[in-house]
Amino acid sequence: MAGLHKSEFANPVINWIDTRLPIFTMMQKEYGVFPTPRNFNYFWNFGALATVNLLIMILTGIFLAMNYQPNTLLAFDSVQHIMRDVNYGWLIRYVHQNGASMFFIVTYIHIFRGLYYGSYKTPRELLWMLGVVILLLMMATAFMGYVLPWGQMSYWGATVITNLFSAFPVVGPKIVTLLWGGFSVDNPTLNRFFSLHYLLPFVLVGVVFLHVAALHITGSNNPLGIDVKSPQDTLPFHPYYTVKDSVGLCVYLMVFAALVFFAPNFLGDPNNFIPANPLQTPADIVPEWYFLPYYAILRSVPNKLLGVCMMFGSLLVLFVLPWLDTSRVRSARFRPIYRQLIFVWVAAVIALGVCGAHKPQGIWVVLSRVCTLYYYLHFLVILPILGKLERPLPLPESISNPVIRRGGGALPAGAAAKPMEKV
Amino acid sequence: MRPFRSLLAGIFAAGLLAAPAFAQEGEALPNEHWSFQSVFGTFDLAAAQRGFQIYSQVCSNCHSMHLLHYRDLSGIGLNPEQIKAVSAAVTVPQGVDDQGNPKEGPATPANQFRSPFPNEQAARSANNGAVPPDLSLIVNAREGGPNYVYGILTGYTDPPAGFKVQDGLYYNKMFPGHQIHMPPPLQNGSVDYTDGTSNALNQEAHDVVTFLSWAANPEMVERKQIGVRVILFLMFMTGLTYAVKRKVWSDVH
Amino acid sequence: MADSSAASVSHHAPSGDVTKRDLLQLIAGAGAAIGAASIAWPLIDSMNPSKDVLALSSVDVDLAPVTEGQGITIVWQGKPIFVRHRTPAEIKAAEDVPLGQLIEPQADSARVKAGHSQWIVLIGICTHLGCVPLGNKPSDPRGDWGGWFCPCHGSQYDTSGRVRHGPAPANLAVPPYAFESDTKIKVG
Repeated sequence: MAGLHKSEFANPVINWIDTRLPIFTMMQKEYGVFPTPRNFNYFWNFGALATVNLLIMILTGIFLAMNYQPNTLLAFDSVQHIMRDVNYGWLIRYVHQNGASMFFIVTYIHIFRGLYYGSYKTPRELLWMLGVVILLLMMATAFMGYVLPWGQMSYWGATVITNLFSAFPVVGPKIVTLLWGGFSVDNPTLNRFFSLHYLLPFVLVGVVFLHVAALHITGSNNPLGIDVKSPQDTLPFHPYYTVKDSVGLCVYLMVFAALVFFAPNFLGDPNNFIPANPLQTPADIVPEWYFLPYYAILRSVPNKLLGVCMMFGSLLVLFVLPWLDTSRVRSARFRPIYRQLIFVWVAAVIALGVCGAHKPQGIWVVLSRVCTLYYYLHFLVILPILGKLERPLPLPESISNPVIRRGGGALPAGAAAKPMEKV
Repeated sequence: MRPFRSLLAGIFAAGLLAAPAFAQEGEALPNEHWSFQSVFGTFDLAAAQRGFQIYSQVCSNCHSMHLLHYRDLSGIGLNPEQIKAVSAAVTVPQGVDDQGNPKEGPATPANQFRSPFPNEQAARSANNGAVPPDLSLIVNAREGGPNYVYGILTGYTDPPAGFKVQDGLYYNKMFPGHQIHMPPPLQNGSVDYTDGTSNALNQEAHDVVTFLSWAANPEMVERKQIGVRVILFLMFMTGLTYAVKRKVWSDVH
Repeated sequence: MADSSAASVSHHAPSGDVTKRDLLQLIAGAGAAIGAASIAWPLIDSMNPSKDVLALSSVDVDLAPVTEGQGITIVWQGKPIFVRHRTPAEIKAAEDVPLGQLIEPQADSARVKAGHSQWIVLIGICTHLGCVPLGNKPSDPRGDWGGWFCPCHGSQYDTSGRVRHGPAPANLAVPPYAFESDTKIKVG
């Protein structure tokens, strides 16, 4: 289809560009008039928030990299140089440091929303799988970023996590040596982690783009989990959801600012204020909070290889979730049993996080084993069977005309809006 | 928003459960009142300056503070003349002379705090095998922060009956394991204050911890000030965007 | 599928309080702009010289070993500083030039310290595009005016460091310095 694009924009400059490269038409189509289900709740803010968070991380990271030294002799002091001498260095660094935690908070809520409202089900399987890829990339990026300040937790975190790969028979030790670029975590390791930590966020941007592109093909899920059936079911993205996302953005920034300005080290570990010492492991070695559940799964299994496999498996199982859940109903609102069980699963994950923060002794070992078991049970046994056994509640007729039935989680009557065509 | 509420409740419950994990084992932390601990708290500059006096006269004989420069002392209220006087009184290494030999001279405000030992080995051999930790970040680097450091400084007591303290170590009730290499650094009257403040051990410890807390977080006052403005701005913006949202959505609901 | 569902949805509806809404949106937009600017400033400012760079100490220079006609180069704030011990002939040449002949007229007396006119101290960076001119070593070409000669684009300076031949637009800068004794200066 050669030739110029037929642009509808009145502004001559925009028109000139748009006829040659229709980016304005694209933006208008994808973010202006894009038909979006009208019944989103505030859970649907979190995708946009995660995107904003990624941008904040990239922006602050670029400026941190201007002053950071990826060398074992200089790294720790260069971070303190940023904190003390660089203009607003402390602000940029604290935003970046706490931004990692905010990113995981936002993303975990975003994932929970997907689980609760069945956003992973057909036709959005690939959208979901791209999301899992994003999660994995985020984790790799966060892990390598945490190594860069070269404190005690950085060093020992890097040692423990890279040693996970030694669990694999035959090739394991070779992989670990390859990751390290030596025979322990040292300068080559720090250098390559810095390189990859700078690279991966841009890969993330690429996968996020695919994630959003796939979303705009299938259209968004919604709290009722039923398909959009008519124009009455949707609203143009702008201004309805741009403004709603802005409200969420302000609240999110407030939480973010409270952390950065008033409790910047609340989520950190005191040990990371001690420069890395390869000869002395800290008494309590704990990963950052967002890794605690996986850490607990790892430790709950007495066998090294099995523990590593269980830990990675707990994430990889998410890839096949769309096929493990056999129920055709998306939203938990209309699945009375799933609606209870998803919270049991959430409770198990949170309990795993708590276990991960404790020394693996006594009750914590038992609890982490029970929760690990339930984690897998939920995905591998309960979801496939539940889909066959559970009797879902009757679904509403459409988003714009939800039929109120007894026991159903339909919208409040006020939300049954008048048709848009009234104008 | 039901799932939201349950989620919040769950996270709250988890926080309660997890809290003991981070609690200090053994001796309870002292609960000092610090000028800088509240949301709007700032550093008590007089206390910090007295603390710097203690650091200079006592701590700095063994402990380095290599992340600080004499110029940074403006943060505890010293003026440029005072800073020049402080630095000029200290002799620091100054690179090499024209023949390539190491040379020394009076420090300038741009110099790092003088380190008592040239390297780790020297520090170790001079201190019975234990390296005195650098104090630049010590308050951030210990669970319990200022209260813990205060607890160590005031925690030297006689060992309980039957507790065997090894030679060259000292009993400290706050230290994990209770045996510490550092001899009691402060006693009543270790320093003489010029401003008439009591030089009892508690006061000395309080002052030096105030100084060390500033040293670990010199940006804190500016951070809190900016933070208040940012939060107020964001509250305003939240209200504003919510009002716009209500208006925009008024023809839908 | 959402492919055609919004096609008939018109843009937001006109209603009675459109002006109030527009005003709110205007304020919100302005707020967002202020917010974005306040985020941008710390990032930009972080690229300015940091406190340690600004605090870089001054440099003491011992002039005793520099004999008449000789020059030395020292480093101050990462920049070359030219110090030259001028001969009486060079001083005279510098003082006698009619100011009208100069590209940037400036008397020699304004470029040296009173009583120390044999010493000229200059930041050794050509005011054209930042090269380091030649002329401080005896073997260097010094140009037609006996001062310094920039190899990059041929600018020439006289024995007072004043530009005499373009393309450089201005004289070599004099750094802040003071005599601590007759044979010692402190630069910075």
